[in-house]
Amino acid sequence: MTNIATGRFGPYGGRYVPETLMHALDELAHVYDAARKDPRFWAELEGLLKNYVGRPTPITAVPRLSAQVGAQVLLKREDLNHTGAHKINNTLGQVLLAQRMNKRRIIAETGAGQHGVATATVCARFGLDCVVFMGEEDMRRQRLNVYRMELMGAKVVPVTSGTRTLKDATNEALRDWVTNVTTTHYIIGSVVGPDPFPRLVRDFQSVIGREARAQMLEQVGRLPSIVVACVGGGSNAMGIFAGFLDDKSVQLVGVEAAGEGIASGKHAATLGAGRPGVFHGSMSYLLQDADGQVQPAHSVSAGLDYPGVGPEHAYLKDRARVLYEAVTDQEALDAFAALSRLEGILPALESAHAIAWVMKTRRASHELILINLSGRGDKDVAMVAELTGAKI
Amino acid sequence: MSENAIATRWRALGKSRALIPYVTAGFPTAAVSLDAMRRVVAAGGDFVEVGVPFSDPLADGPTVQRTTQAALEQGMTVARVLDLIRQAALRVPVIIMTYLNPVLAYGVERFATDAHAAGAAGVLLTDLPAGTDPAVEQAVSGRGLDLIRLVAPTTDDRRLKTALNNATGFVYLISRLGVTGARADVPPDLDAQVQRVRAASPSSAHLPVAVGFGIGTPAQAAAAARSADGVVVGSALMDALAKGGITAMERLTRELATAVHA
Repeated sequence: MTNIATGRFGPYGGRYVPETLMHALDELAHVYDAARKDPRFWAELEGLLKNYVGRPTPITAVPRLSAQVGAQVLLKREDLNHTGAHKINNTLGQVLLAQRMNKRRIIAETGAGQHGVATATVCARFGLDCVVFMGEEDMRRQRLNVYRMELMGAKVVPVTSGTRTLKDATNEALRDWVTNVTTTHYIIGSVVGPDPFPRLVRDFQSVIGREARAQMLEQVGRLPSIVVACVGGGSNAMGIFAGFLDDKSVQLVGVEAAGEGIASGKHAATLGAGRPGVFHGSMSYLLQDADGQVQPAHSVSAGLDYPGVGPEHAYLKDRARVLYEAVTDQEALDAFAALSRLEGILPALESAHAIAWVMKTRRASHELILINLSGRGDKDVAMVAELTGAKI
Repeated sequence: MSENAIATRWRALGKSRALIPYVTAGFPTAAVSLDAMRRVVAAGGDFVEVGVPFSDPLADGPTVQRTTQAALEQGMTVARVLDLIRQAALRVPVIIMTYLNPVLAYGVERFATDAHAAGAAGVLLTDLPAGTDPAVEQAVSGRGLDLIRLVAPTTDDRRLKTALNNATGFVYLISRLGVTGARADVPPDLDAQVQRVRAASPSSAHLPVAVGFGIGTPAQAAAAARSADGVVVGSALMDALAKGGITAMERLTRELATAVHA
């Protein structure tokens, strides 16, 4: 799917970065291309995913939700990974690449804090210095995750520029990388950024789709008719879609955050309401004004609160291989409550967007729906309580 | 400004070194930045870099971030920057410095045509490294604007060749790893870096080398000018403008010009 020589997905992707970073991207691409062909690399990663992360994650039938939806629904349980989300699939892969490059300092950006936690975790495991950039506003929203990172030895740097969220944390991480590029590896948390990040993050997350496809065939006896995942930057979605892209019978649906509604202008529906541009190192869809200035995104879920999106999603949208939809904050909050009550599973607010889309669209009874439950919702409990006026 | 205005200017300079002041268009207001462009020329600037603000300036340090943010809040756009350049009617070449996305939104070909018509001689796109997007490079340089290439201490020899191949105007050497912003010293290996770029330039091109990033004081500028053909100063001037107003910025420009031209 990727043109490796140019790092592009059709017109999207590429390396739009300051010249200072070009050498590091060449090096990363070179090291990754060698690692990809090295069975020892995959053996080490698979061992860690099995014994440290707890993979494979199960697929879980959810009969009470299914009854409400009117079709059979299953969840791919990425919430059961160590650290509580899919993010660690990528951070483990990248930390192994950092070791191959002899880089002992790791930086990362984080929105909700899940990627920051997953990065702090692997840095603790491998004894590496870890600095996580996080918007001041997100630190307030996700205090628990800040403390988790600090417990594991990471330094969390508050970002006070711009909107003080994920977009600005990414700017700050890139500025640090430009400054310390010779000693530092930047573990980007999603399928965004300059080549080779979108393809290597996809590859590390594609374990989700590979497992899910085999589990569906083994446990249900057929492929799902629909695979649904939430899309912020888009890594959990690319990860599960990767397993089904070649199965033409499987409809793929990416669900973005409509925030307070697309018409309100306060949303994060980059593919639904943005247009192509260059941001954070690659060409993709982007929320921007007529002058090419990046517009702040909005979502109740910090992990989706991002005005960009991975370039491969842009390509899949244009080719109409994936349908991109959006649900509002309220619909996501309702789905968060519904899954908790009906199935005893608290979804991350991010993943709740995927559930909300399935709940709100009319489904035919013969359909078999697989939803990627990308993370657990414990981190969101305080915020949901605040929003619903509950006292805890 | 006619075609190759930048090359003409370098030829006129002869062996003299060039001071290249940077001004953020629209900071603190459109009118003051217009005055600033004129004053840095009057105070000895040999070229002027004019910054078009972008919402996410990931190669810039805090000073330039603050000025571009303020300029955006003043409603600065590509079209308004081009208007300012036209009004300024400077007698030295103007180089527009920005990021790619505002140019894409304006339309690359339209930008190149309009910028040239407004009197700009070159453009420097911080997030467009050589070879990343040949279509954009062609659209810019086919319309009379020099596309100024950046090279960095991390640029390896292979990439250096790519960057210098077909380069026009001059080469902008990023003097150190990091973002823009004044620093305490000049990198000790600056001379070696300049020599490396010179050695890699096609001999027919005679490309001047200008250094920037972290140079702010007259002493630093003098040190840089011992090696390089040109010295870019941005953050220090924007700091002076923010803290001491237009006269403080003009005074610093004059001191820098004296240091560079000595």
